[in-house]
Amino acid sequence: MRDTTPAVPAQARRTTGGIGESTLRPDGIPKVTGEFAYASDLWHEDMLWGFTLRSPHAHARIRSVDVSGALATPGVHAVMTHDDLPAATRYGLEIQDTPVLADGVVRHHGEPVALVAADHPETARRAAARIVVDYEQLPVVTDEKTATAPGAPVLHPGRTDDHAPHVAHPNIVHRQPVVRGDVAAAKARADVVVTGEYEMGMQDQAFLGPESGLAVPAEDGGVDLFIATQWLHADLRQIAPVLGLPEDKVRMTLSGVGGAFGGREDLSMQAHACLLALRTGRPVKIVYNRFESFFGHVHRHPAKLAYEHGATRDGRLLYMTCRIVLDGGAYASSSPAVVGNAASLSAGPYEIPSVDIEALALYTNNPPCGAMRGFGAVQACFAYEAQMDRLAAALEMDPVEFRRRNAMSQGSVMPTGQVVDAPAPVAELLRRVKAMPLPPERQWESAGGAPDVRALPGGLSNTTHGEGVVRGIGYAVGIKNVGFSEGFDDYSTARVRLEAAGSEVVATVHTAMAEVGQGGVTVHTQIARTELGVARVVLHPADTRVGSAGSTSASRQTYVTGGAVRRACEKAREEVFERGRARFGTYHPAWATAELLLEGGKVVTDGGEVLADLADVLGDEAVEAEVEWRHRPTEPFDPHTGQGFGHVQYSFAAHRAVVEVDTELGLVKVVELACAQDVGKALNPLSVAGQIQGGTTQGLGLAVMEEIVVDPVTAKVRNPSFTDYLIPTILDTPAIPVDILELADTHAPYGLRGVGEAPTLSSTPAVVAAVRQATGLALTRVPVRPEHLTGT
Amino acid sequence: MRVNFTVNGRPQEADDVWEGESLLYVLRERLGLPGSKNACEQGECGSCTVRLDGVPVCACLVAAGQAEGREVVTVEGLAGRSGAAEGELSVVQRAFVDAGAVQCGFCTPGLLVAADDLLERVPQPSDADIREALSGNLCRCTGYEKILDAVRLAAARTGEAG
Repeated sequence: MRDTTPAVPAQARRTTGGIGESTLRPDGIPKVTGEFAYASDLWHEDMLWGFTLRSPHAHARIRSVDVSGALATPGVHAVMTHDDLPAATRYGLEIQDTPVLADGVVRHHGEPVALVAADHPETARRAAARIVVDYEQLPVVTDEKTATAPGAPVLHPGRTDDHAPHVAHPNIVHRQPVVRGDVAAAKARADVVVTGEYEMGMQDQAFLGPESGLAVPAEDGGVDLFIATQWLHADLRQIAPVLGLPEDKVRMTLSGVGGAFGGREDLSMQAHACLLALRTGRPVKIVYNRFESFFGHVHRHPAKLAYEHGATRDGRLLYMTCRIVLDGGAYASSSPAVVGNAASLSAGPYEIPSVDIEALALYTNNPPCGAMRGFGAVQACFAYEAQMDRLAAALEMDPVEFRRRNAMSQGSVMPTGQVVDAPAPVAELLRRVKAMPLPPERQWESAGGAPDVRALPGGLSNTTHGEGVVRGIGYAVGIKNVGFSEGFDDYSTARVRLEAAGSEVVATVHTAMAEVGQGGVTVHTQIARTELGVARVVLHPADTRVGSAGSTSASRQTYVTGGAVRRACEKAREEVFERGRARFGTYHPAWATAELLLEGGKVVTDGGEVLADLADVLGDEAVEAEVEWRHRPTEPFDPHTGQGFGHVQYSFAAHRAVVEVDTELGLVKVVELACAQDVGKALNPLSVAGQIQGGTTQGLGLAVMEEIVVDPVTAKVRNPSFTDYLIPTILDTPAIPVDILELADTHAPYGLRGVGEAPTLSSTPAVVAAVRQATGLALTRVPVRPEHLTGT
Repeated sequence: MRVNFTVNGRPQEADDVWEGESLLYVLRERLGLPGSKNACEQGECGSCTVRLDGVPVCACLVAAGQAEGREVVTVEGLAGRSGAAEGELSVVQRAFVDAGAVQCGFCTPGLLVAADDLLERVPQPSDADIREALSGNLCRCTGYEKILDAVRLAAARTGEAG
């Protein structure tokens, strides 16, 4: 089901394999044959294996490190600690507070302490176990109370970052208030006031391809790094100072990436592999196993959220107050930006005249948290959607009708004062998701035979044949920003080359975009076909020989790097027309008078008349174009009021969850999780549906399964494995019907809207709302566990 | 130690294998067959699924020595199987590409081996059969819908061809 978009530009009218078609992935075939080289598949002659020794404590002083046992192990080529670092000793995305290797103190469980390079991964592992570290354990801070208590250990004394002057305690990374309207006056007028306190556990990205890369030392003293990452140039900016090398001596090439979801925004083993390679003069590969991966990247911020809403008797929201406390863990990572998102999006996709909002992130001794799909908006959505259901219940209204009455639309004003200047079809998405046919009841029953337990909560565990099973239905809708916000210079670079190879013309597109599975490579191919009218498009490997493409995150790549590819193609096209006019202009007056297009390898007029073969216009000389492309600028939020044009674009999705709960055992079966999303323009409908279904499933995991359990006393991670950290299997995941709406955002290339994150927001609260409806329980914490449902 | 076994129809010999090495390590690091993936090393994710004497197993949980004298089929051996010509994508592989079942692709090799085994046993599986057969293979990107589509498509195409 798709709505049609407005007028297609002339250049795009007659393209095969262009935008809007479900063309297939260019990397699909190598990925099904096993030939596609992921970072963990790389091999080099004389290659060594790197291994990282990590802290067993969440907070400790390092009295001494003895590496002699490791160095004496046969097969070991190097051991490195903080004392062996050649240059900068800290790095970070925004704040350089993360030690490359622990410098006298470890601040979280699993912090890297030492590195080993050896000729076999097992040798490296065993040698690392022979490193003797003398730790003196220190008291830990694990939440707001302990982190800001009088005399609490300050994790980063002497902070000089931009946020430090604005926070009340040095263990607060960043705090963002947003105030608008008059909450006190609104509260006096409210007929209904609803409050709630909510909590979200720590979710892991759990991408399947663990952190990995291969660093190869070069003859010029530099290093070549083949790496799975989300942003090559951000890595480069952090790695080069650690190695003490100029950026042009650190050459990075994207290797195959097995998923990311935010977990590859920060450095993991990048600098470590380069350090070992430069130290040993040998290529060094580091591959984390799953256990180490849980310690090797940042997670989604756990959050505590306190909300209050007031509404009139006829169901109009008057005000909202909230306080969102995010646990950033031991290092800053992207916590400041997560705070900005949580604060600015905390009201949800609703019109609320008066707000008083506060969001902050803490430094604690818990695992560091940073980017994960949904980035600050996920936490808020779980809480405000629970509030919407409570308000509807208090007003004895249908929850969808209550949301519809308060839904924002184009022209609505955000709590930040930003006017939403593109379609915001919140009510329509809710209407659509509600209108979808419901799955039949009691699907486990078969004609006359035994029930199919696979369709029941508990599944093949055979825990019920339907007794105690209750159905519930829940709705939720969310709002996510697209692109980097708050004044960030968020640009992408693209280089396009058009050349004739015999009678055929080949377009080569070169960007540094990290393809992490999202299908950016497919979209770039489609854009080039659309804009250049050629069938054959080759994608140059992503590397640092071209300018930055920004991060594959924030739902931004199709918008920003897609925008850059489009602009580079337009520039190349103009160059082709210039050249054509110079060469053939005298043969046909249309060269000067008509609107020219590139179609099917030819220069044609908009009337369809062929003027020349593109190959003839190009001759022996390729046309090349390179652009840096930016979306419209944003501005920072005011530090006191939170006012400002902070976000480039908003995206919206709504979900309806149907669940069946075994109320005796507390087992939940999600029967269906329907989603309606506005994508502006679906450049590749098949990929768009895949993004929506994948994001929806991660939200389901957060609702009922996924949490990194951190011991509240020791701050140690208790479940760093796929045996103990459960992500949805195909049996846990229901049918996910998707309804794609395409209302163009005229500010964006082709009218598109970033797709990847919005479905991750509303999925979680929809599932929990359905479980609440089935059980009548309040359920204020995710993930919902069986004991929350049975009270045992 | 030395291990002799058959991989994708060809006899293979791996030397200097340490007793603790898994079949997965030997395939990936000693035989140049990195198609089978290592994503958990404890049999939870299914990314390393291969067939050992026809039976799907997690290669990370099989000691290399246990493969002695046996037949292993990995993702690299799927092309050309089940009616496809030599070097051509198998029906399941083609269906995964066509249905959009591949995103990052890290889970794909294991899922293909598991789906190939399912369709050999149950040529026209129900959705519940597909879910049960693939429940040992984690995917983090797709939400599994397109994977179901791919297996349905492969079954339909096989049915038409047969």
